[in-house]
Amino acid sequence: MFEIFGIPSQALFGQLLLGLINGSFYALLSLGLAVIFGMLNIINFTHGAQYMMGAFAAYMLLQYFGLNYWVALVVVPIVIGFVGILIERLLLKRIQNLDHLYGLILTFGLALILEGLFRNYYGSSGQPYQMPDELRGGRNLGFMFLPNYRAWVIAFSLVVCFGTWFAIERTRLGSYLRAATENPTLVRAFGINVPRMVTLTYGFGVGLAALAGVMAAPIYNVSPQMGSDIIIVVFAVVVIGGMGSIMGAILTGFTLGIVEGLTKVFFPEASNTVIFAIMILVLLVRPAGLFGRGA
Amino acid sequence: MKRTNLWLIAAAMLTGTAAHAEDLAVKIGVMSDMSGLYSDLGGPGSVAAAKLAVEDFNPAAHGLKVEIVTGDMQNKPDVGSNLARQWFDVDHVDMIVDVPNSGVALAVNEVAREKNKVFLVSGAASSDLTGPKCSPNTIHWTYDTWMLANGTGKALVKTGGDTWFFMTADYAFGHALERDTTAVVIANGGKVLGSVSIPLNNADFSSFLLQAQSSKANIIGLANAGGDTINSIKQGAEFGITAGGQKFAGLLVFITDVNSLGLKTAQGLVLTETFYWDMNDGTRAWTKRWQAQMPGKFPSMVQAGVYSAVTHYLKAVAALKSAADGKTVVAKMKAMPTDDPLFGKGTIRADGRKIHPAYLFEVKKPEESKYPGDDYKLRATIPADEAFRPIKDDNCPLVSSN
Amino acid sequence: MASAAETSSKTSAFPIGRETPRSLAVAAAVLVAFLIAAPYVLYPVFLMKALCFALFACAFNLLLGYVGLLSFGHALYFGWAGYVAAYAAKSWGLSPELAILTGTATAAGLGIIAGVVAIRRQGIYFAMITLALAQMMYLVALRVKFTGGEDGIQAVPRGRLFGLVDLNNEMNMYVFVLIVVLAALFLIYRIIDSPFGEVLRAIRENELRTISLGYNTDRYKLTAFILSATLAGLAGATKALVFQLASLTDVHWTMSGEVVLMTLVGGLGTVFGPIVGAFLIVAMENYLAPFGQWVLVIQGAIFVVCVLVFRRGIVGELAHRLKVRL
Repeated sequence: MFEIFGIPSQALFGQLLLGLINGSFYALLSLGLAVIFGMLNIINFTHGAQYMMGAFAAYMLLQYFGLNYWVALVVVPIVIGFVGILIERLLLKRIQNLDHLYGLILTFGLALILEGLFRNYYGSSGQPYQMPDELRGGRNLGFMFLPNYRAWVIAFSLVVCFGTWFAIERTRLGSYLRAATENPTLVRAFGINVPRMVTLTYGFGVGLAALAGVMAAPIYNVSPQMGSDIIIVVFAVVVIGGMGSIMGAILTGFTLGIVEGLTKVFFPEASNTVIFAIMILVLLVRPAGLFGRGA
Repeated sequence: MKRTNLWLIAAAMLTGTAAHAEDLAVKIGVMSDMSGLYSDLGGPGSVAAAKLAVEDFNPAAHGLKVEIVTGDMQNKPDVGSNLARQWFDVDHVDMIVDVPNSGVALAVNEVAREKNKVFLVSGAASSDLTGPKCSPNTIHWTYDTWMLANGTGKALVKTGGDTWFFMTADYAFGHALERDTTAVVIANGGKVLGSVSIPLNNADFSSFLLQAQSSKANIIGLANAGGDTINSIKQGAEFGITAGGQKFAGLLVFITDVNSLGLKTAQGLVLTETFYWDMNDGTRAWTKRWQAQMPGKFPSMVQAGVYSAVTHYLKAVAALKSAADGKTVVAKMKAMPTDDPLFGKGTIRADGRKIHPAYLFEVKKPEESKYPGDDYKLRATIPADEAFRPIKDDNCPLVSSN
Repeated sequence: MASAAETSSKTSAFPIGRETPRSLAVAAAVLVAFLIAAPYVLYPVFLMKALCFALFACAFNLLLGYVGLLSFGHALYFGWAGYVAAYAAKSWGLSPELAILTGTATAAGLGIIAGVVAIRRQGIYFAMITLALAQMMYLVALRVKFTGGEDGIQAVPRGRLFGLVDLNNEMNMYVFVLIVVLAALFLIYRIIDSPFGEVLRAIRENELRTISLGYNTDRYKLTAFILSATLAGLAGATKALVFQLASLTDVHWTMSGEVVLMTLVGGLGTVFGPIVGAFLIVAMENYLAPFGQWVLVIQGAIFVVCVLVFRRGIVGELAHRLKVRL
């Protein structure tokens, strides 16, 4: 096969595909953050911990109730989403009139509590989660061996991301949401229950994080730190994309996953810092982010 | 306990009786990772081992009174060094044992040297502890990176694993492991086909596994530790690495990691350790007693090392009738040969290195395992005089250069 | 932060006059007296640690309490100044005061670079950017040789101050740290209570209006940022010499979170709040060290409680009730 920059094209395409997989997680998580930020103007620092809880919930369902991956995929986002609703009702509502930085601090505190509790109970080394049998094995694509599970991750994330985008940009409910973001008082005057929409939106965003967690469980280490490790990278992704649009968050997530994947091939030592470096560059050139509107 | 001692001392002073009338108080600090990555490797199991050692030694019969304190160094050098300082300065601890983290061990090594106390390292791997950083107050027990590289590397090359590809954690420790193992592989006629440096605590190894696969090396050396090793092996199974004929060599793998992975994923993994609970009757009997405190678990070599170290320390202190001067106690420990049911007979060298045989193990297939904990089959025994780095290669300032 | 502003403006509007309010003078006297007597009662190493963190928190408060910018990556300056100071003392053999100055200068440099990048955005974005920058530098510290990675830089010599005073003597070291920290705290106070400080407060209250009055707010914000970073670096460099160790803990995001905690608990926008907060949190961690991971949970809980019901912090609450300025 031909070579690109000294790397056989087979390996390159293989790495691109793998980058797409990482990108799926970035996309799902930054989508959740963007949705929450859009409605509540809060940066949900707890997002990482909620992702972690999703993975742990899947583990617990399997360990204690014997419920498999497919059940977890449906049940966990709903359960953790509900936890999110509780958090919003009990805590976030109280500070909604304060400076938004308090929201960041509060959710940061929550993230610490959750990570600490799980670490106390489960230790740091991580729990095993078996891959669902239906998705084991893989197929040889000629240029690489693609495990079925990873193919599933890409496909399912695309479906979820596109579905969310469609719901927000093209449905009536989505239009209420977008209107409420711009002018909540006016929308309320129309008789729409804005506080409930806010609560449900937060729950939905949290559910997305939990879904990403369930999908991560079979391939990444299910450990209490998994949330904090990934959330800071997702923040960088979000700053690069700008919080302006849903599509922006999705595209940026996938693209940066691919960029990171390529870095792993050409310059592996920098692969965990490349996204931050890009963030700095984007900030110097386009402070609002690639898809953002205004500072 | 402290108060009783004070009264005893006061009484002794008042009545003018000689000091030997009351027991010599010795305080041992088990500093380990109680809740983090290495809590299974050391942690509460190390404390249990230390307690067994004290119990078996029977301090009262030797005129000693031993107290054990425990602490969590959380795998951070600053926490460990603070704790060591506080223990030595304020709490009158005489000896610190365990510390399953090289960075922390190096820091505590300095504190022990400064305060002239004793430090027995069971958990940490860095061979610098008997090399440039060697100290008259420290003894490096159980294992080190040189032994691991030599044991696993040499034995594998000799049995057909002659082409290697390294997946290295991109930090000092990972590079040290890779460097030491590369030297051994080449010295024994093998070839290193390539390597890749992976950021520490990376979650996704798929891209690097792909590179390892395309190198077609028959051994993939994992120069990493803890969660990184577990992830590499787990994801390796996903990508069919072992099915494709390549073997993983875990350069720093413990029985606790194998249990974490499960035999299905870890089968065929080759590793070197100095203790296995199922080795002989002595180890089995001790394991049974240890399990009374730690039900459902199996002891690692680190925990066994704590038992061995504490036992030998108490013997030395009893012989000297004093625990006050760290250097003197360590010198005594080096002068006395060691003997315990876990490591057998051994010695301690001038550079602070404890010498005992090492064993190359291979992880059994699930169908080969007959009972819980039956994880290893013995592939080779490395005699004690070959297992560790020769003293002349140490660069240890304590040993006068010849 | 809106509510911090409204609280402090209720307690005697910051006087434009040059004389120090009596409450501040009294509090300062109490603090100094305590710090002079303390090493005879408490473990000096603990006190030195608390002092370094007090400076770190006050430097952080300069940015958050007075300009209203939440930097979530302040550990960057604290930790890297520590690394450079440790390296300077160990490998270059610099005397302690030069090593600390080198470390502080590094923090200033990093502050300039980070400030230029981050100041472009406000509020939440600013926080996320500072966090991301700090995380990037953490990952760099993990693999770069001179930081010693996971081991950190160990066995850092304390040396002789000005070639004369042996800092290995704990009391000497304590006095040195005390003087450095008190001087820096005084400097921060002078910054707050100056025309420059007035403009900073104006920016926090209403940036647009301040711009309309003709002030180049970006320049003021950047200057405050650099000052804050430099003083945080001073704290970090000093701490590295106290513990003779510079490690990854000091550049990790949890360290950034801790300084936010100290400032919040002590009292945002007060002069003595961060000092009290620092002492409290350091003491708490000392006590809770045997309980390992509960520390994380408790810190998180304190964050949540403070944001919900205790936004003024300890000193802020005290100042509010006594209706004085603290």
